[in-house]
Amino acid sequence: MTLAPPSIAAVEKYSPAYESLVTASAAAPEWLKAVRQQAWATYSELGIPVKRRGNELWKYTNLQPLAAEDFRHGLTGEVSVDQLKAVGPWDDAWNTLVVVDGKFNTELSNLHGTNGLVAGSLADAISTGTGDIESQIATLAGREEYAFTALNTAFLDDGAYVAIERDTVLEEPVQVVFVTSSLSESRVNYPRLLVDAGENSSVVLIETHLNLAEESQFSTPVVEMFAHAGSSIRHYRVQMENEKSFHLGTTRIRQLDDSNFTSTSFAVGASIARNDIHTLLDAPGASCTLHGLYMTNGEQQQDQEISTTHAKPHCTSDQFYKGILSGKSHAVFSGKVVVMRDAQKSDATQKDLNLLLSRGVEIDAKPSLEIYADDVTAAHGATAGHVDRETLYYLESRGVDQEAAKAILVRGFAEEILNEFEPKSLHDFVEKVTDERIPALLAESDTLGTA
Amino acid sequence: MTNQNTISRESDLSGGEYKWGFVTDVETDLAPKGLSEDIVRLISSKKGEPEWLLEWRLKAYRYWVGLNEADAEPDWAMIEYPKIDYQDIYYYAAPKGTNEAPKSLDDVDPKMLETFEKLGIPLQERAALAGVAVDAVFDSISVATTMEKQLGELGIIFCSFSEAVKNHPDLIKKYLGSVVPYTDNFFAALNAAVFSDGSFVYIPPGVRCPIELMTYFRINTEGSGQFERTLIVADKGAYVSYLEGCTAPFRKTSQLHAATVELIALDDAEIKYSTIQNWFPGTPDGEGGVYNFVTKRGRADRNSKISWTQVETGSAITWKYPSVILRGDNSVGEFFSVALVNNHQQADTGTKMIHIGKNTKSTIVSKGISAGKGNNTYRGQVQIMPGAENAVNHTQCDSLLVGDECGAHTVPYIEVRNPTARLEHEASTSKVSDDQLFYLMARGLSEEEAHHMIITGWSRDVIKELPFEFALEASQLLKVSLEGAVG
Repeated sequence: MTLAPPSIAAVEKYSPAYESLVTASAAAPEWLKAVRQQAWATYSELGIPVKRRGNELWKYTNLQPLAAEDFRHGLTGEVSVDQLKAVGPWDDAWNTLVVVDGKFNTELSNLHGTNGLVAGSLADAISTGTGDIESQIATLAGREEYAFTALNTAFLDDGAYVAIERDTVLEEPVQVVFVTSSLSESRVNYPRLLVDAGENSSVVLIETHLNLAEESQFSTPVVEMFAHAGSSIRHYRVQMENEKSFHLGTTRIRQLDDSNFTSTSFAVGASIARNDIHTLLDAPGASCTLHGLYMTNGEQQQDQEISTTHAKPHCTSDQFYKGILSGKSHAVFSGKVVVMRDAQKSDATQKDLNLLLSRGVEIDAKPSLEIYADDVTAAHGATAGHVDRETLYYLESRGVDQEAAKAILVRGFAEEILNEFEPKSLHDFVEKVTDERIPALLAESDTLGTA
Repeated sequence: MTNQNTISRESDLSGGEYKWGFVTDVETDLAPKGLSEDIVRLISSKKGEPEWLLEWRLKAYRYWVGLNEADAEPDWAMIEYPKIDYQDIYYYAAPKGTNEAPKSLDDVDPKMLETFEKLGIPLQERAALAGVAVDAVFDSISVATTMEKQLGELGIIFCSFSEAVKNHPDLIKKYLGSVVPYTDNFFAALNAAVFSDGSFVYIPPGVRCPIELMTYFRINTEGSGQFERTLIVADKGAYVSYLEGCTAPFRKTSQLHAATVELIALDDAEIKYSTIQNWFPGTPDGEGGVYNFVTKRGRADRNSKISWTQVETGSAITWKYPSVILRGDNSVGEFFSVALVNNHQQADTGTKMIHIGKNTKSTIVSKGISAGKGNNTYRGQVQIMPGAENAVNHTQCDSLLVGDECGAHTVPYIEVRNPTARLEHEASTSKVSDDQLFYLMARGLSEEEAHHMIITGWSRDVIKELPFEFALEASQLLKVSLEGAVG
């Protein structure tokens, strides 16, 4: 694939901050300096991908507004626990790690010292060389030709680190909250999370992105997860950025023998948001499930860039996303399953369903399969449609008033994914957000229940 | 168990099962190799074309030169091939003595007739019995068109493109490039500059063409490219079913084929276009074969219907996306395809359905079979424009893998800008299951026969869309093309 030429301005905007990071962190480990330097070189070549023609990855996404804006580096504001509880999911029983404007915050974090869990600041983990951090970080994300992981990796400094020791089964979820503070400036931050799930360990991990600011913010979260043999990661991703912000998130998972990775995403925020997730099924028996719900309104754009590589035999994967679009919003689903030559007995499914509520919405779906092995079962499907008159009439004829009937139909479409959020406090939260959101979606809907 | 060899191997060509690989020994009139304005002028003057057409060709040529300099040869398809040297190709090759179109079959070189006879193409009396009218294109030249007179009585025009330029310039001027402009893409620009011949069909308003029309394309000369152009216009309320077949000799060097087909279905008209593409696929080791880069597109006006059916078994490389622009309200577009790759063949093929009018409907059924070291990609685009109220699309694309060294890929693009549209896309990939094979083999079929039966049955949704005689041929072709892949 030919990549877009770099947008020089976009590189220059970030270079003073990069230079000062290099100067300020002279004491950083050499390997980290090398990783940053390589990533910066990659980003300098790529820039912000504003050219869409011939650029398969950004064909449907216009990043000009992002390239045009200026963001400040290194500003960290104040956040209180009450603020977090008010805008995001929270449960005191959970081990919660809080990262404010890209920096780990010990005061806000709520850690219970649970046996078998190593959780804390990524900066500390790097400086003390915790676990396998040196051989893990930036190996799944940050060395490929991808502008936003490169940018994040060039500024790799802090974030959260979560390791689950082998044979540890954690009863309560671990939540990592990435929050942008309410400072008035437009800022860029580089949240980062590394998860190392030891052999036969099990964890429920909630990754939450919140935004307390009113101005436009730019966030490039990068999450890397290592699922060792027999481990199980139940992952939830909640994205609630403000509607002026840019959220270009990357999640990379490498799975070993018989490990299981199950993820459900809930994406409602940001002006332009991308959830780019890739699972590498790198040993026999690994399985992954990638599900999600996205809701867009106004001029929002939500991209789901979902891919799985079956590198070894006897693995299964399942991608299933649902979208609800209203106003003049735009959503992109780009699913990809690659089954490599040796990956016999692979089983892969891929599905994207969209409910279109108004004129002016746009959905671009590209569910693709790339298969190089013959003993494989793979299927995919995609649909787009609206709620027709008959369906609405059915409910109305049973005494439900029109507004309530519409809400029931939209809610019913979302229900399947909402029910996947199992921890009670989390389930209550996504339900509440959905219920508050539906009237706004309906307010901008003009086709629900027509012909 | 022993494998019965149930498939006839008629070919005695070294290492190939491709039985259409013979060369016809006729004297050929060749223009010098390479592409330049002079070559474009030469082609135009050989054909005695009017000034406006030469101008159009030159504009296309200049546009193509710009693209070529900008290195804009498309590279997004999942195909790999050595860079094509556009200066190492003959752009004009014609059998000697065919500067004048033959008046009747008696004027046609007997060697040529023999060639088409060998290929099973009925040019003689048999044509009439078979109920098809044929236009036979040999390298750059249309050598014979049958039943022109009978069709003429109905006002139907079916002739070579060159004749149409001479005899029906108004129609050509009106429709040429109206669906595929020369600026469309790299290969369409190249074709517009150097196209040699092809077929032209015009069906007058309200006329239902009583027989199938067929064009048979044959590349003969080594190192030559073939750039034919087909234009079919079905006037209001007309109907036509058109067939296209192609073969090329067995050669170890690759040949370029860059054709353009434009279909125009005016209000209430229907065009059914069927292709059996059996260009030389290259040797089992991947040497030679035809590079098939084709642009095919139809324009569907109000209440009209355009249906593409293709069976693609040939070519080393297939790059082809027959499309329909559904611009009239209630228009219908269909695409039925079976694409088979074996040995080192690569196919990147699919369709585009652009819904512009209200209540437009499209159906896509694509079956891809990959065997040997072949790679097969379905690439399709369904676009619903904002004005396409109540548009409906149903897409089904299935892939079958035979052997563990091949690849099957599916790349659909679904773009919806109208919420009242309904789209469904389904796809599956699998291999022929051991249970199915066992069932058939337990009943006495050889492994090869069992495979063939399963594959034919699996492709039936597409094959049944073909006219009867073509359907038989398609089924045979699938059988022969799969030879060596099973067992």
